[in-house]
Amino acid sequence: MYSFDYHRPRSVDDAVRQLGGEAKLLAGGQTFIPTLKQRLAQPDKIVDLGGIAELSGIKVEGDAVVIGAMTRHGAVAASAEVAKAIPALAKLAGGIGDPQVRNMGTLGGSVANNDPAADYPAALLGLGASVETNKRTVAADDFFTGMFETALGEDEIITRVRFPVPQAAGYAKFANPASRYALVGVFVARTPGGVRVAVTGAGPGVFRIGAMETALAGNFSAGAIDGVSVSADGLNSDMHGSAEYRAHLVTVMAKRAIAAAGG
Amino acid sequence: MATVSMTVNGKSVSADVEPRTLLVEFIRQNLHLTGTHVGCDTSQCGACVVHVDGRSVKSCTMLAMQADGAAVTTVEGLATNGKMHPIQKAFNEHHGLQCGFCTPGMLMSAIDLIKRHPNPSEETIRHELEGNICRCTGYQNIVKAVKAAAQEMGG
Ligand SMILES: Cc1cc2nc3c(=O)[nH]c(=O)nc-3n(C[C@H](O)[C@H](O)[C@H](O)COP(=O)(O)OP(=O)(O)OC[C@H]3O[C@@H](n4cnc5c(N)ncnc54)[C@H](O)[C@@H]3O)c2cc1C
Ligand code: FES
Ligand code: FES
Repeated sequence: MYSFDYHRPRSVDDAVRQLGGEAKLLAGGQTFIPTLKQRLAQPDKIVDLGGIAELSGIKVEGDAVVIGAMTRHGAVAASAEVAKAIPALAKLAGGIGDPQVRNMGTLGGSVANNDPAADYPAALLGLGASVETNKRTVAADDFFTGMFETALGEDEIITRVRFPVPQAAGYAKFANPASRYALVGVFVARTPGGVRVAVTGAGPGVFRIGAMETALAGNFSAGAIDGVSVSADGLNSDMHGSAEYRAHLVTVMAKRAIAAAGG
Repeated sequence: MATVSMTVNGKSVSADVEPRTLLVEFIRQNLHLTGTHVGCDTSQCGACVVHVDGRSVKSCTMLAMQADGAAVTTVEGLATNGKMHPIQKAFNEHHGLQCGFCTPGMLMSAIDLIKRHPNPSEETIRHELEGNICRCTGYQNIVKAVKAAAQEMGG
């Protein structure tokens, strides 16, 4: 690790004041500390969000579950409110990495990082969530812009994510057995605005499959997507699986997610 | 340099460290508590697991500064007055270790899992120990030991 200065502000305003230059935010550190160890980043200052109480917590507000950016994966997995309102989200959080990663890793860190194999981006896109920052609110459809890329600007801090409560939702992941990241993960939600199907792990970033959404709109059952073919074009190919294998898994995982959502 | 203060195994400690110091480096090099191991240094193996404010974490993937003000427990803090913790006794009785390298991390993860699942099934134990890798035992006796300890601890 290169050396850096360390700050632990007590409020979001204070954190914003610390940013600028080569300063970087630290949340749970489960991605960022390994990055620092490999000297893939060289911040001159680290601003640790861990001391900001207002960034943690889970609240049900009307027809949405609102989760603070610094809320750990383990807290979401264990939350009775989340289990009641959006059980698929609690299940997704409980399947991230391992217990020690879940005890440190945060919602905001995962969303800001936008790893193409991460779980949370599928839930945000699948549920039509919105990302709240210190500056604005961004819909999930506009937030994830590419591989490890998001709409976040410099000096912008995610404060909370608002998840609208769906009528039903399910998540199924084919996990890489070593890291437990998604080789392919599919989040399916039945919402008042229509069915949403979001895929992670398969491509360079999380994406929706419109043809499945249309097929499911009239008939919310696993059989409804039998006629939808998923192209391998543009999907990831690596030592863990070819693009064709991933394309096949998308349909298998989508069917499992539909079944988990009661379809 | 920055000043870091925390409670480790019930004792208050404080030191001037470089902010890039990892929690595991602080524990092993500053405090000379070498029961916490470094296996992979890449957040995979769990040999470095300690408790920070009661939750198990990988101390190779946390800065010492992040634990400023926290209560940390390492494997050295498990026994009381020379009496082994039930999880240590169970690993001993059920032969839950061979070389012992993974053991400190296994014990710390096991205590956390028993706290959250007082009466864990074999499946739960295996799922919960996904962050701890053992190259010797094949896990069978580790699972047995965790089950026995959970019963002993009142599950
Ligand atoms: C062994 C292992 C297994 C894992 N398995 C999985 C898995 O199965 N599925 C999965 O999805 N993930 C997995 N992860 C990643 C894990 O979920 C991380 O916790 C997550 O990607 C990053 O969250 P963090 O809180 O640790 O963020 P950090 O590592 O602290 O930060 C990550 C990035 O986000 C930025 N950032 C953090 N918070 C904010 C904020 N509030 N606003 C703006 N920017 C911010 C940071 O500056 C940094 O660039 C795994 C990690 C490990 C080590
Ligand atoms: S040394 Fe920390 S996880 Fe392996
Ligand atoms: S006993 Fe040798 S690594 Fe587990």
